[in-house]
Amino acid sequence: MKKLIQSICAAALLAGVAATEAGTITAKGSDTLVILAQKWAEVYMARNPDTTIQVTGGGSGTGFAALQNKTTDLANASRQIKAKEKIACIKAFRKAPTEYKVALDGLSVYINAANGVEALTLAQLDGIFTGKITDWSQVGGKAGRITVYSRENSSGTYEFFKKNVLKGKDFFARAQTMPGTAAVLQAVGKDPSGIGYGGAAYGAGAKAILVKKDADSPAVAPTEENVISGNYPIWRYLYVYVNPALDKGELGDYLKWIRSSEGQKIVKNVGYYPLPKTLQLSSR
Amino acid sequence: MSYTNAAFVTQPSGNNRSARWAGILRGKKRRPLEWLAEKGIFLVSLSAILMVFLIFLFVGREALPIFLGRMDSSVAIKVIQPDQMASLSREELQAYLELSDDEFAGMDEETLTLMMEVKLEEAAEAPEDKDASVNTTEWKYLLQPHQWTGYDKPEHIWQPVSEIHKYNIIPLLIGSLKATLVALLFAVPLSLAAAIYVSQLASPRVKEWLKPAIEMLAGIPSVVLGFFALLVMATVLQKVFGYDSRLNAFVAGVALGLAIVPVVFSIAEDALTSVPRSYTQAALALGSSKWQAAWRIVLPAALPGVFAAVVLGFGRAIGETMIVLMASGNASIVSWDLFESARTITATIAAELAETVFGDHHYRMLFMLGTLLFAVTFVSNLAADLIIHRLKKQLEGRT
Repeated sequence: MKKLIQSICAAALLAGVAATEAGTITAKGSDTLVILAQKWAEVYMARNPDTTIQVTGGGSGTGFAALQNKTTDLANASRQIKAKEKIACIKAFRKAPTEYKVALDGLSVYINAANGVEALTLAQLDGIFTGKITDWSQVGGKAGRITVYSRENSSGTYEFFKKNVLKGKDFFARAQTMPGTAAVLQAVGKDPSGIGYGGAAYGAGAKAILVKKDADSPAVAPTEENVISGNYPIWRYLYVYVNPALDKGELGDYLKWIRSSEGQKIVKNVGYYPLPKTLQLSSR
Repeated sequence: MSYTNAAFVTQPSGNNRSARWAGILRGKKRRPLEWLAEKGIFLVSLSAILMVFLIFLFVGREALPIFLGRMDSSVAIKVIQPDQMASLSREELQAYLELSDDEFAGMDEETLTLMMEVKLEEAAEAPEDKDASVNTTEWKYLLQPHQWTGYDKPEHIWQPVSEIHKYNIIPLLIGSLKATLVALLFAVPLSLAAAIYVSQLASPRVKEWLKPAIEMLAGIPSVVLGFFALLVMATVLQKVFGYDSRLNAFVAGVALGLAIVPVVFSIAEDALTSVPRSYTQAALALGSSKWQAAWRIVLPAALPGVFAAVVLGFGRAIGETMIVLMASGNASIVSWDLFESARTITATIAAELAETVFGDHHYRMLFMLGTLLFAVTFVSNLAADLIIHRLKKQLEGRT
């Protein structure tokens, strides 16, 4: 028994030493970025066994809060930092945090597979999601009430859609809010009158529609090349923010690596879109 | 044995001290260990009350600025160009940048200039809106309709994450009441009928398996019930009733009803069973049927308990979160139509609290809703208690 306790103590001690010797990088923030950041961490740690990377979600705002409290090294964000958050960071470490664009994300708009509508303009989407357009016949479909599915207002996707498509206007009060992209797809898949939005995903019974910038422009599908080239109009950058004082050594290497072609390859695997070549760093 | 016992009693001090200490001694003498245990248990039960009180205190404290009208959610910002920084006195600069003394003292010229620039960004982010300088956390805006930019008429709007933060709580109150109403309409008749049947009419063998079976409903986690309502019940009910909106107050209410059936049933059944057997026997002896005895004699006698059951069911239904979050559609609209979507107070708190900024007006508003919810359940329970006491007195003929 005594021996067992001794060995456990020894192991704990060793583990403690190991943890302090190797660099530990913590990343916190956007739930949109969690899977991608975890994948990055996994691959990077496999190559650099000395480095430990811990990734947690909680939302972009949570990430910025942790960055200014210095409880995380990296803040993952699906939106740009707000001036209020920047001020809090300057108060905490006298510098504005450095911003890195790390991937692209395109939002698809989903309708029921049985719905005859193929393409909508941004103005029509604006009308539908703010409640100005309430019937499918107004946008070239079969007559029937439009049921709008949205996300909870705590979600980054909600803010992105609101900013990009609704230009800051309020969502339709009758929009039903769902707890995730999967739930939106599920609802739209079951509801012939439904329309919703979310990241690239697959749901039985739902289809992604083509989007036109305006009535005269071509209808564009949310495919990789269209998102990267900027032809598909609903897209955003995903960001990583860091305290400039920490951006060196191991952490700096990691940040360079995720923006290299190697890191960007992983972006594709988890359903987001890699940065345009001009923003990528060449591999070391 | 009795002899030794008597000897102990007559010799209160001396070599039997340890036996006395352990509380073995019988009689009217004090038993310290038991006394200790009793007080210990009293303290434990007191701590439960204390806990509730502390929770209320905490929630109330977080919500206090809203109640006192000390929160300001206006988004208008006045700007001073960075190049005019030199013309400001140090006090003016500190006030403009909203810095504490320590923060201000620790900043050099460069950092201050940076702050001025970011302040400009903040002003650029602020929307140009006729309501930009409105403090939307005032009670006027919480309760009364207001015509916001982009709306055709004055409306009750809950849109907290918006350029102008709109915090009208009327849609949420209506949503909560709507779902609770459906739940009670569905659950009360069902569970009362079941309680009467199980306690009065059923044969002992049927009762033996029926009672645990109904009470087992309480063992279903509410998230599972919500999931079931979201995927199965919503589709089935829509096919049966043929309404437009797949997720609505009705679906959520029925699922909520399932959750409160065991609560209402179990308390009502207890109340009915505790009516003295002699009541039924007297009624039967006078020639009434079993059904007449149950309906005319036992139910009225058990009314206070049954009422308590309904009120507890109400409390559980209005405070239930997961089911309504998943099945009600969560659209914050002002409509008493049961087949329209509803956003309840509980679901709002659960869905929004995670992303609010600590101490922010949105955060405080959600705590205000929590206080409101607490007050509603507290008042309903209190009212029920008072009514029960009066009914009991009446039924016992002590008016």
